[in-house]
Amino acid sequence: MSVHYPLVHATASAPLAPRLTVGQEAVKFIRTKPLGAVGALIIGGMLFVALFARALAPYDPYEADYARQFARPSVEHWFGTDEFGRDMLSRVMYGARIALFVGFTASFAGCAIGGLLGVVSAYAGGRVDLLLERVMDILLAFPQLILALAIASILGPAVQNVVIAVAIPIIPRAARVVRATALAVKENQYIEAVQAMGAVRRRVVLQHIVPNVLAPFIIIVTAQLGGAILAEAALSYLGLGTAEPTPSWGLMLSGSALSYAEKAPWIALFPGIAISLGVFGFNLFGDSLRDALDPKLHRG
Amino acid sequence: MRAYLGKRLLLVIPTLLGVASVVFVIMRVIPGDVALLILGGDDGGRIDRAQLAAMHRQLGLDQPLLVQFGHWLWGVLHLDFGNSLWTGQPVMAELLTRLPLSLELAVLATIVSVVLAIPLGMVAAVRQDTWVDYVVRVVSIGGLAIPSFWVGILIILLLVISFGWGPPLEYTLPWVDPWANFQQMVWPVVTVGYRYAAVTTRMTRSTLLEVLRDDYIRTAWAKGLGERAVVFRHALKNAMLPVITLIGTEFAFLIGGLVVTETVFTLNGVGRFVVDAVAHRDYPVVQALVFVIAFGFVVVNLLIDLTYAWFDPRIRYR
Repeated sequence: MSVHYPLVHATASAPLAPRLTVGQEAVKFIRTKPLGAVGALIIGGMLFVALFARALAPYDPYEADYARQFARPSVEHWFGTDEFGRDMLSRVMYGARIALFVGFTASFAGCAIGGLLGVVSAYAGGRVDLLLERVMDILLAFPQLILALAIASILGPAVQNVVIAVAIPIIPRAARVVRATALAVKENQYIEAVQAMGAVRRRVVLQHIVPNVLAPFIIIVTAQLGGAILAEAALSYLGLGTAEPTPSWGLMLSGSALSYAEKAPWIALFPGIAISLGVFGFNLFGDSLRDALDPKLHRG
Repeated sequence: MRAYLGKRLLLVIPTLLGVASVVFVIMRVIPGDVALLILGGDDGGRIDRAQLAAMHRQLGLDQPLLVQFGHWLWGVLHLDFGNSLWTGQPVMAELLTRLPLSLELAVLATIVSVVLAIPLGMVAAVRQDTWVDYVVRVVSIGGLAIPSFWVGILIILLLVISFGWGPPLEYTLPWVDPWANFQQMVWPVVTVGYRYAAVTTRMTRSTLLEVLRDDYIRTAWAKGLGERAVVFRHALKNAMLPVITLIGTEFAFLIGGLVVTETVFTLNGVGRFVVDAVAHRDYPVVQALVFVIAFGFVVVNLLIDLTYAWFDPRIRYR
């Protein structure tokens, strides 16, 4: 004897909004979140420059030309040249590669590891949860830059080490957010239903919990991107990130930039604008994305 | 309140122990031998083995890890962080001479940020999606995007070009010569404070936005109260509590700001001490400073939690 529940009725009371195509979604996003659209535009521009730096850059960013040291911004050198006579525009363009590479890999790796720990913590509960939470608390007791500095000091200056140093402080932050969402998802009846149907633990987690925490995951990856780019710049500025002659924006601002302040202020100007604009774009976009995906913030 | 206080204080102990072990482990997984580094050079071959063993004994590196950890922890409990490898001086003494500058910078920057952020965040929330809101949001998101070291560089650039000014080298205590202290600190405070204000503004805006959607606010509107009464007397009171917590969590931003700002302005504070120690691979100093900073962070958060519980009875009865 089985009772048959007519499942159709559950949806009948609330008519679904018509599904939008990707294009329509984009138009809606631009119309309702103009600041987010500006952010997306900046990110797009930065990606374009980074991808096609080889074709776009007028000079070799590594090539020193001592005949052209400290050249003022001009038609040949739009952003001027530095103390080695290297073209600043080309260096700033190649710098977008380092910034985006470190930003994307560090925030994605940090969030992926943190997110996984968060899901495990929420689903396992009990002692595992308690232990993981304590470990995350301890990691959170270190200010982001200080932890990154300590890690960078051990690993030494190199691009892949910067990625690790920037990613580790992101882990506990992502774990927190994803754990909270996963806890809420876990309480849903459909999870109970799948469990009752005899789904194994791995299947419940991977097929039913993970897809439902993807939205906060995407939000936190985007939110951490700007911060990761800034952290790379700060580490390189302090001389503990990428090493010369790599064209990293933070590195371009370190040491020499200030000592030539009177002679060639442009050395200190353009890389800073590039960092600020890039991070600004990511923050604007991340902010609007959060507003759009978080139903709690919709005007009711 | 007393029960809450006890529980909260007890929770701090495992956290601090955890912090101490993380710091210890980080510093012990360093590739390369600290003793070799002190004797000069990682080449190994040219260094006398007996000398190396003696150095190991002197640093206590020949003992088991757990003993080393216990030894270090015992020192920490007595406020003894060992000596710097670079200068040979006790870390604690150096830290104490550098602390006043960083504390002054931190406190002034916090004041600047709160004074700027709360009114701005409030206006933006109350006038959501108007031009005021957009301007405040753009300025505050911009503040988050502009690295503080670059703000510092720009300020120095302007001052050098227009006044031929260079940053002074010696720190003057505010009660010794207030004017000299002001001249020295004003630009660093602006540099740290701007970024800090940007964070606080955003948080004030978003918390107030959430509170303004609560039912009791709708009730207040429905009763026919004016905007001033609704915003100040009803919404702001409840929105301020999370903002107090934020000042604690933003302590991390503040520390980051201090590290880079002190480096830009060549101020001999704790932040620059960290950077110099990392650059010199002065491990005892890095170990001590990272621990002290994390300790400060934990204590500040504890104080904030207690303030919060003091104001909001719901927290302590949970």
